[in-house]
Amino acid sequence: MRFLFFAIFVRPLLIIILGLHVRHKSRLPKKGPAIIVANHNSHLDALALICLFPLRLLLSIKPVAAQDYFYRNPLLKWFALNIMGIIPLDRKMRSKKKNPLSDINESLSKNEIVILFPEGSRGSPESLGDFKAGIAHLAKQNPEVPVIPVFMHGLGKVLPKGEALLVPFFIDLFIGEPLFWVSDKISYMETLSSTMTSLAEEGSFPSWD
Amino acid sequence: MKDPKAQNLLGLPEEIFFALCVIGGVLITASLIVFILTKLKPQNDFDSLTQRVKSWWVMAVVFTLAILMSEKVSIVFFGLVSFLALKEFFSLIPTRRADRRALFWGYLAIPLQYYWIHQEWYGLFIIFIPVYMFLFIPLRMVLIGQTDGYIKSVGTIHWGLMLNVFCLSHTAFLLILKRNDFPGELPGIGLVLFLVIMTQLNDVFQFIWGKLFGRAKILPSVSPGKTWAGFIGGVLTCIIIAWVLGPFLTILDPKQSLISGFIIGVSGFFGDVNLSALKRDMNIKDSGSLLPGHGGILDRVDSLTYTSPLFFHFVYWSFDFHTFGATL
Repeated sequence: MRFLFFAIFVRPLLIIILGLHVRHKSRLPKKGPAIIVANHNSHLDALALICLFPLRLLLSIKPVAAQDYFYRNPLLKWFALNIMGIIPLDRKMRSKKKNPLSDINESLSKNEIVILFPEGSRGSPESLGDFKAGIAHLAKQNPEVPVIPVFMHGLGKVLPKGEALLVPFFIDLFIGEPLFWVSDKISYMETLSSTMTSLAEEGSFPSWD
Repeated sequence: MKDPKAQNLLGLPEEIFFALCVIGGVLITASLIVFILTKLKPQNDFDSLTQRVKSWWVMAVVFTLAILMSEKVSIVFFGLVSFLALKEFFSLIPTRRADRRALFWGYLAIPLQYYWIHQEWYGLFIIFIPVYMFLFIPLRMVLIGQTDGYIKSVGTIHWGLMLNVFCLSHTAFLLILKRNDFPGELPGIGLVLFLVIMTQLNDVFQFIWGKLFGRAKILPSVSPGKTWAGFIGGVLTCIIIAWVLGPFLTILDPKQSLISGFIIGVSGFFGDVNLSALKRDMNIKDSGSLLPGHGGILDRVDSLTYTSPLFFHFVYWSFDFHTFGATL
């Protein structure tokens, strides 16, 4: 099912109807474990990031998604778990006992590629929000796993939050150099956000408001 | 008059088959030259040249298959080219969030426009975008109600539709033309091949003449690479090749071929600099990355947006074609 969905629907949609323009494709990891962090503007973000990798890696790519959002109804939950293959993340951290990142750590230990949106939500379209610090904890707990920052532009125009009509635009993806854990959280987060900013500056985008 | 029954193994008219062989020959020569260059001077970087030739191969093969398979396949193919070009255009220009629905309707104009072509419905084909879409898109935007930046948006969206859908679709209409006085003949494939080959050769020759003899810049503020020598040399070469190729490949006689060569040479230049001005305004070099070595699809079809309607109308006025007018 997951294969069919991606091979027949998602890839043609993203490659023919939209069109991906990937810069520095060689910086992508060939296999897991790895963490992909990207800015979040649209429901299509995770699909676009999954399409960066060959189909044979599909089953080992896991987007991290908000449990409260995707568990709202049984159909959405089924879709998120079985088709998207998400790792549900409890944004409210209701259970204090459990490490909220333990599912992600487990996935990484199975050499999987984890996709994470540290902005935490799609936010207002085509603007880069602040990154939440969860990624720093994750990098600290997995110092040997590369974190690859990816800046995406265009999907917020194609399908922004609160819209159901898809309008085709070309999509730009800028892949950054892999980052590893440094001594402390603050300098790690600073490195990450400055990498994202410089990736965003590589492109010149027409205004959209 | 050519004998329409003269066919070869592939079932193609002889002159079309021959033209395709020549294109193949030119591409093989280009590949050989690039191969020898990379062997002779391995220290130089020929990546962009190699990519460019490779993209030419892909374009030539896809284009040939598309126009030879069947009329329907060809029309769908040209529709796809319009879609890709329009998408590139809409991605390049500044748009407003409120315009999403208007842009969506702009995309929907493509299947309709190409459907009129399939119906040979000249009357609607020629007014659908300049009249109906021209009136409808602003209407849709008025209903959304965002007046900030309204003028600019209406203008740019219609410009995009005219260039990438209306103008480019003339190539597809050329393909389905049938003459009243020779109903069994299919002049379309020859005319389209002629238009596309001449337009691309004109680009290439303007570039080569410019590189060899170019001095005085023709439009320094728009396209600093373009020179008077490139322009004049390109147009003259285009006229001469058209004069040789036209009577052989198409229903045009030598005099009409000369005029076509002039039309394609001059208008191709303006189609090219028109897009250059747009890119300069947006501060970018290439319109996209669809065709490695060339840039985007707009970089390749820019000249065609001007040559296609102008060549089409010259042909359409010169012969008696069977098309439908205001009513089907």
